Amino acid sequence: MSAVTVVYALLFYVATAILVGGLAYRIYKYAKTPAPLKIPTTPAPVTGFGVVLRMFREVAFFESLFRSNKWIWLFGALFHFGLFLVLARHLRYFTQPVWLWVYLIQPFGKYAAFAMVAGLLGLWGRRLLVDRVRYISAPSDHLMLALLVGIGLSGASMTFVSHTDIVSLKAFILGLIYFDWQPLPADGLLLIHLALVATLMIVFPISKLLHVPGVFFSPTRNQIDNPREKRHLAPWAAELERDRT
Amino acid sequence: MADFEVPDLKTYPRLPHIHEGVMAHSKPFLAKPEMQADLGFPGELIDNWQEVALDKMGELLGKYRSFQVYLDSCVKCGACTDKCHYFLGTTDPKNMPVARQDLLRKVYRRYFTFAGKYFPKLVGAVDLTKDVLDEWYSYFHQCSQCRRCSVFCPYGIDTAEISMAAREILDSVGLGQKYCNEIIGKVFKIGNNLGLPGPALKDTLEGLEEDVLDDTGVEVRYPLDEKGAEVLLITPSADFFAEPHVDGLIGYGKVFHQAGISWTMSSYASEAANFGMFIGSYENMRKVALRIRKAALDLGVKRIVFGECGHAWRVAYSFLNTLAGPFDFLDPRYPVPQHICEFTWDLIQRGALTLDKSANDDMVVTFHDSCNVARASRMGDKPGGQFHIPREIIKATCNHFVDMPIDTIHDSTFCCGGGGGLLTDDLMELRVKGAMPRMRALKQVAEENGVTHMAAICAICKSQFTKVIPYYGFTMDQIVSVHQLVSNAIVLGAKQ
Repeated sequence: MSAVTVVYALLFYVATAILVGGLAYRIYKYAKTPAPLKIPTTPAPVTGFGVVLRMFREVAFFESLFRSNKWIWLFGALFHFGLFLVLARHLRYFTQPVWLWVYLIQPFGKYAAFAMVAGLLGLWGRRLLVDRVRYISAPSDHLMLALLVGIGLSGASMTFVSHTDIVSLKAFILGLIYFDWQPLPADGLLLIHLALVATLMIVFPISKLLHVPGVFFSPTRNQIDNPREKRHLAPWAAELERDRT
Repeated sequence: MADFEVPDLKTYPRLPHIHEGVMAHSKPFLAKPEMQADLGFPGELIDNWQEVALDKMGELLGKYRSFQVYLDSCVKCGACTDKCHYFLGTTDPKNMPVARQDLLRKVYRRYFTFAGKYFPKLVGAVDLTKDVLDEWYSYFHQCSQCRRCSVFCPYGIDTAEISMAAREILDSVGLGQKYCNEIIGKVFKIGNNLGLPGPALKDTLEGLEEDVLDDTGVEVRYPLDEKGAEVLLITPSADFFAEPHVDGLIGYGKVFHQAGISWTMSSYASEAANFGMFIGSYENMRKVALRIRKAALDLGVKRIVFGECGHAWRVAYSFLNTLAGPFDFLDPRYPVPQHICEFTWDLIQRGALTLDKSANDDMVVTFHDSCNVARASRMGDKPGGQFHIPREIIKATCNHFVDMPIDTIHDSTFCCGGGGGLLTDDLMELRVKGAMPRMRALKQVAEENGVTHMAAICAICKSQFTKVIPYYGFTMDQIVSVHQLVSNAIVLGAKQ
């Protein structure tokens, strides 16, 4: 077992633990923090099913962003849907046998990498060129884009430029899952790609990537518009009522 | 006319470039120690303010999911950067919603997140210094909590939630805003924002009865503290005397008169507005709201109806049940509370009012959606009723109605520029510049469609517009109340 294999195997265990543990903690925190007042941005749905639809439109189509700014929407959609297809395609490295639908989307997943990188470059361009967006950007905002572009480019290079030993890679990944370690091919592009991905996983729960769980907990989007019909009372607010006549 | 430059509607850019620091000087007067004391806040900046402010922030993070989630979730995409009327009118980048939030977020990151504790420069985290605190005081009093940014944010991040939290933190260390805190104190002591005691109210209302009798020959009543009335009307105190507010109040009385429904106002709860919301204080907001519950119980009414007021309607519609409910002692056939527009529209639909539209033929009317009615409440039983019902009332009372451009109405409406506790003379520059987007839309329909009047359903909007509209070449009397239009058109007396 080479040192590289051991380092990367441990790296991915640590990264996975931080990603899962960190997100679980964050979600627990969001879930247990009360929303004491009804603050849906209206017009808002008046039923629970309506809220599910609103949230679905928000998450699947970026409805509010579409109303807001067509350029950000376009670049954001290219990136996110590209990433979604790319991630789905990557399931083939985690499953044996490969599921049929993963097999079917393979060609789309391959080219989605270009959409993903194009979207990221579009967003980065805005961050550099639009004075309003440049003003609100911290170094971490640029680094996050660099990280994602790096992941996209290194990954796409292995698909379209210089193939890696994908059979051994899959053995390595399955080995991680079943605790039966297999050697990792010492391919430069692959090592870069994997290191960047592990970095992303580690950074996820302590960065703005928390918008992923956050959107589902956003009271302006997930609340039902029924304050007159149903009394809404947070536990700490109910405490205040003890003294009331 | 002004010691600052009023935006020229003809040449002012649609999407201005940023100019750093141009509104850094803007800040409202500080509350005096005795005003702070009335609300349970320290009288002036305390010695250990930094520790107390951070403790307060931690407390709020545990009490408000919105605050916690919104501080974490922003990705700095820029979608909100051109949505705030104060940014559009001032070009100060700290008036972009995300930048305003960041004033607080960068401190949150420094003390409450891993990245900010260990890599502050990387994520733009900063220590809470006196300069930062002063910047909070300035820029969190340049937000009218209108929620326009939250409509356009892909995560629904509402800057109003952040600015309310910031103002609560400022209050907790002794930096209160004079305008809001003095007013809340008046409500606790006297019953309304303007400090009008019961006898003065009674006098004013009797005067109104005489005026209406002179005008119409009909005895329309404006009752105060009458036990056993069917409806308790809660209306902003500006309705008692300010123009054009009072014309709206006259209208409510005529509607009740024609409907044959007994009603009363209360001297104890003679204020619809609840400034507790502006300062983000649940406790103070609750205390103000409980006065309405007490008035309803004491007077033995069966329904509660709210007059034309924007943020008031948000607190009434969205929060009253939470703060002061349950209202199981009222008639369950009606929503609690009801908006006067819901009440009037219901009567119009049932044919209970005779309306002569020609009475308003001297006007071409447009309608300003008040921000908090549009984006934080509802009227009627369908989403969007808050847009349609007031417009239906206007169309039922006027022959000439024109809407302003679509990106400036409904839930895209622009705040008047004076909401959220900013309707004070010490913020005049901000108010004038913040009104720019609405003024531009009004100018467009005035020129293209001959619009002569803009109707509103909010006391703050009406006061703000009558004050700032002359800066843009209009006249004060071009602002009207929706129930003023009703008042003009309603035919009093037996139904023909």
